[in-house]
Order: sequence, then structure tokens, then C-alpha cells
Amino acid sequence: MIASYFVIIPLLSGFVLAMSGKRSKFAELVALIATSLLLFLSILLFALIDSSGTIVYQLSGWKIPYTISLVIDSLSAFVLFLVSLIAFLSTLYSIGYMKRFRSLSNYYALLMLLIAGLNGVTVTGDLFNLFVFMEVSLIATYALVAFQGEAEHYEAAFKYAILGSISSTIILFGIGCVYSATSSLTLMQISIKSADIPVLYLAYGLFLTGFGLKASMFPFHSWLPDAHPSAPSPVSAMLSGVLIKVLGAYAMIRVFFMVFQRSDLVLGSLLVIGSITMIIGAIMAFGQSDIKRMLGFSSVSQMGYIVFALGLGTPLGILGAIYHMLNHAVLKGTLFLDAGAIEMAEGTRDLEKMTGKSNKTVYVSTLMASMGISGVPPFGGFFSKLVIIMAAIYTGKYIYALIALAVSVVTLTYYLKMLKKAFPSTGDAKIPLSMKSTLIIMSLLTLVTAILFIPSIREITLDKVVDCVINREAYSQLFMAGGN
Amino acid sequence: MGLYLLSFILFLVGLYGVLTKANIVKIILGSGIMGYAVNLFLILIAYRSGGTFPILLPGKDPGMMVDPLPQALVLTSIVIELGTTALLVALAVNIYKHYGTLDVRKVRRLKG
Repeated sequence: MIASYFVIIPLLSGFVLAMSGKRSKFAELVALIATSLLLFLSILLFALIDSSGTIVYQLSGWKIPYTISLVIDSLSAFVLFLVSLIAFLSTLYSIGYMKRFRSLSNYYALLMLLIAGLNGVTVTGDLFNLFVFMEVSLIATYALVAFQGEAEHYEAAFKYAILGSISSTIILFGIGCVYSATSSLTLMQISIKSADIPVLYLAYGLFLTGFGLKASMFPFHSWLPDAHPSAPSPVSAMLSGVLIKVLGAYAMIRVFFMVFQRSDLVLGSLLVIGSITMIIGAIMAFGQSDIKRMLGFSSVSQMGYIVFALGLGTPLGILGAIYHMLNHAVLKGTLFLDAGAIEMAEGTRDLEKMTGKSNKTVYVSTLMASMGISGVPPFGGFFSKLVIIMAAIYTGKYIYALIALAVSVVTLTYYLKMLKKAFPSTGDAKIPLSMKSTLIIMSLLTLVTAILFIPSIREITLDKVVDCVINREAYSQLFMAGGN
Repeated sequence: MGLYLLSFILFLVGLYGVLTKANIVKIILGSGIMGYAVNLFLILIAYRSGGTFPILLPGKDPGMMVDPLPQALVLTSIVIELGTTALLVALAVNIYKHYGTLDVRKVRRLKG
């Protein structure tokens, strides 16, 4: 039953918000209550899974495969926690940041719809349902990207919406191919049946293209640096922090590692595309003068790391990918929220025109997050990059390890450039309390994620997620236990 | 097989429209054609030649029926496409208001 609350709560509160008219205090309160409830439930999930195993909920009293099932295993619980954490902090930040906009209840309603879609993708056990929730979150995103209502924002939203609808159509095509080969849409059943049928190269290609477009992998990365900076800062943090990971990386892990048979061709192409993505992203980020655009290209580059680590295919590589998902969500979330605070104080996003009006809190949290994302030791980002590079070395891919290392150095260079240009001195611009407290919590989290590297803590957190990904048998057993 | 090929060609026509046309309205139509092609493909999967409608009637042996599931999927996907297309058209209207043109080659304020 708990599984369905992750979709019901944001959807219901989104509905209430859309109906509530112009009362902005009420909207803030509802959004904050809904997201904190989700955060609480997602923490509760870890204890529940520990005590009673994977949670399977079958809708409307039917049995799978005749109904849609909601499945929460360790991987889903981990991603749900990630979504809820960033969603809660973004909402808290929005209270101070979004004051200057009208129609706040519409903004929060769209944000809730986005969260409902993301949670739905994470908990669902049905291939077509995954597509439906993906569309729910994407439609909310197109509207949020255009929310600020300037000419450029509409342009970016249109570009994003066209590419998004192409990728959705391609994914639906892939779903059709899978259904015609296996006559099933339940992910666990496909996982069993895929052993007996010939390899579905067409479906692999379609899913790789579709999810790759959503993860902004190399030939399809051009929409991200337009779309993410155009959204309001808290939404940029949600998009770069969790949306590309849930719709891109999580969907890829679920489909290619847990549902379909392991295919070396897919892993090989993930490896090559991932490393090209991280190089291209880093090179493009270097030349940007718009602060949020630079962060967008940096997201492309970091997604490259995650895809590359998945392509290695070893348990250590998967650990690296999952750990980097967590770190990048926290770090890029912090950086986008910082960019919002800088923009608010300076009145511009252009690095060349900045005079250093933003205050010390913003400076310190930007510094911490920049160091973390470029992989400087005490922060979480260092350890996840270390795991990825170690995984590459253990599988004998020395050239790829060198590339990952070199890109990390380039990352440090452009973040240092940003720090120098954006903070020639630190001023004393006032920022609202809600923004300040969010920035402090986020910058503490950049250090807290490093604790997960300690072996005894890693065993009870990240290793469980990796076990869940590797153990395909357990996933298909769910069908036997839950079905007829 | 010929029908599958035709629906794939329709898909490519839509893709061609999205990628090469300069007018925003034509791009939206192209993405619509892609969607229709995939819907046709799903319906073709469900078709059994000589099959009847998938409803069980009392006292009758239905014999072979067409697969009802892809039909349900197509209904859902049509609704989703409706939402996406409405949003795309709304964005196109706003682009026209701000830029005064529907030509994508002139809608280029974002660089890089």
C-alpha cells in the first residue's frame, strides 16, 4: 500500500494547488507538507525493505500479469529517496526565490506533477506504465521550463518538447517490439521470458536512443544546456539533479540490467558514448560565460561519467554509477541553487559582468560544491569518481580511466574560473532565510555523502542497491511469488 | 509484413518532417505523424487475421479474437499525444507572439 502513496500524495496535492487560486501562502504550505511527507516515507522505506523484503503492490485486487504492479526494491527505494530529498530542498528554496513571480500555485502544482511522474517511473513494475509516468513528468517539465515567460524560455521549451516527444515516440515503438516478442508488459515477466527468445536488437537500439535522449547522451545532448538554465533555479536543480537520472540512468539500469538479457553490444556502446559525452560536455562548459549554461554543460559531462560507469558492467562500475548519481544530484542541486542566489544578488547571469555582490553563505556553498564536483578529496564527489576510475582500471580499460581523470582536471579548471569571475569579492546582499537555510543544508550534504564510502556504512546502503541490480533472479522471482 | 513496412515508412516520414522543416507548425505535424505511425504499429501487432472482437458473450464460443491490450495502449497513447500536442501548440503561439515569426531559422536567441 505504501507504494501507491508515492504517486497519490504529489498528484493529490498538485490537484489541490491547481484549484486553490491565488493564495500563495497556502500553496507554499501544501507543497512543503507534501514534499516533507514524501521524504519521511522514503526514509521509512529502507526500514520496511530491510524487515519484509521487496514491496509489491498490485492495483485493484487483480494479480499480475493481468494488472499493473508497483514494485519497490532497494534500487527503487534509493532513487525515491534521491527524488524526495532534492524535491524537499527545492520546495524549501522556492519559498524565498519564487516571491517575484505571479501565479505561484500553478508553479507548485506543476512541481508536484513533476514529482508524481518521477516517483511513478521509479515505483512502477509495468513497461507501458513507465512510459505513461515518463510523459506525465515531461509535460510538467515543458511547462516549467517556459514558466518565466521570456522569449528565450519559450524557445528552449519548444526545442526540449520536440526532442522529448521524439524520444517518447521511439520508446513507445520499442515497447511495441517488446510486447510483440514476449506478449507481456510486466517487467518481471519479461525478465523471465527474455531468456527464451532471440536477442531483440531493434528494441535495444530503440530504448538506447530513447533513454539516451532523456539522459542527454552524446549525439542528443544539445537540448539540455538550453532547457535546464531556462527554468527557474529550484526547477533547474530538480531537472539536472534528478530528472535526467530517473528518466535516463534509472530507466536504463532497470531495462538493460534487470529486464533484458545482458548484452555486450549495449555495454560497449554505453562505454564509448559515455566517454564521448563527458569529453564534449567538459569542452563546451569551458567556453561558456553564462553561469547556468555552464552548469548545464557540466551536467552533460557528469551524466557521461554515470553512463560510462554503467557501460563497464562490473559490480564496482554499477556501484560507481549509483554513488555518482547520489553525489551529482546533491552537488549539481547545490550549484544551481547557488546560481539562483548569485543571479538574484547580481541581476545578471553573465560571468563577465559580475561584481561580487553575493554574500559569504553563497560563496562558501558554491566553493564546496565546485570542489566536490571536480573531485577534490574530502567531498563525496571525489570518492564516486575514485570508484569509477578504479572500476575502469580493474577491467583493464586504462585509456578510459585516463580520459575520466583528464576530464576531472578540466572540470576543476572551469569551476575555478567560475569562482574567480563570480566572486571577485564577497558582498553582503541579503538573501531570504529559506534560501539561506537550504544552501547550508545542501553544502553540509556534499560532505555527508562522503561517509557512504566507509566500508561498514557502504555495506548497509549502496552495496544493497548494487546487489539488487546484479541479482536478476530475485527480480524475476517476484513474478512467481506475486502472480498466480 | 508489407503493412509493418508501410507503418515504418510513415514513421520515417514524420521524422523527416521534424528534422528538415523550418516552419514550427510543420514540425508539430511531423511529430504527430510519428505518433500515428507508432499507434498503427501497435494496432497491427494486435491484429489476428479472421479474429473477432474481444468480448465474451454468454453461450457462444468466441473462437479466435484480436488482442485487446494494444488497443488499450493506443487509447492511452492518443490521450498523451493530445496533451503534448496542445502544449506544443501553446508554445508555438507564444513563440509567434515574442519573435513575430514561425520560422525556426529566425528563432535563435539561444547560442551554443
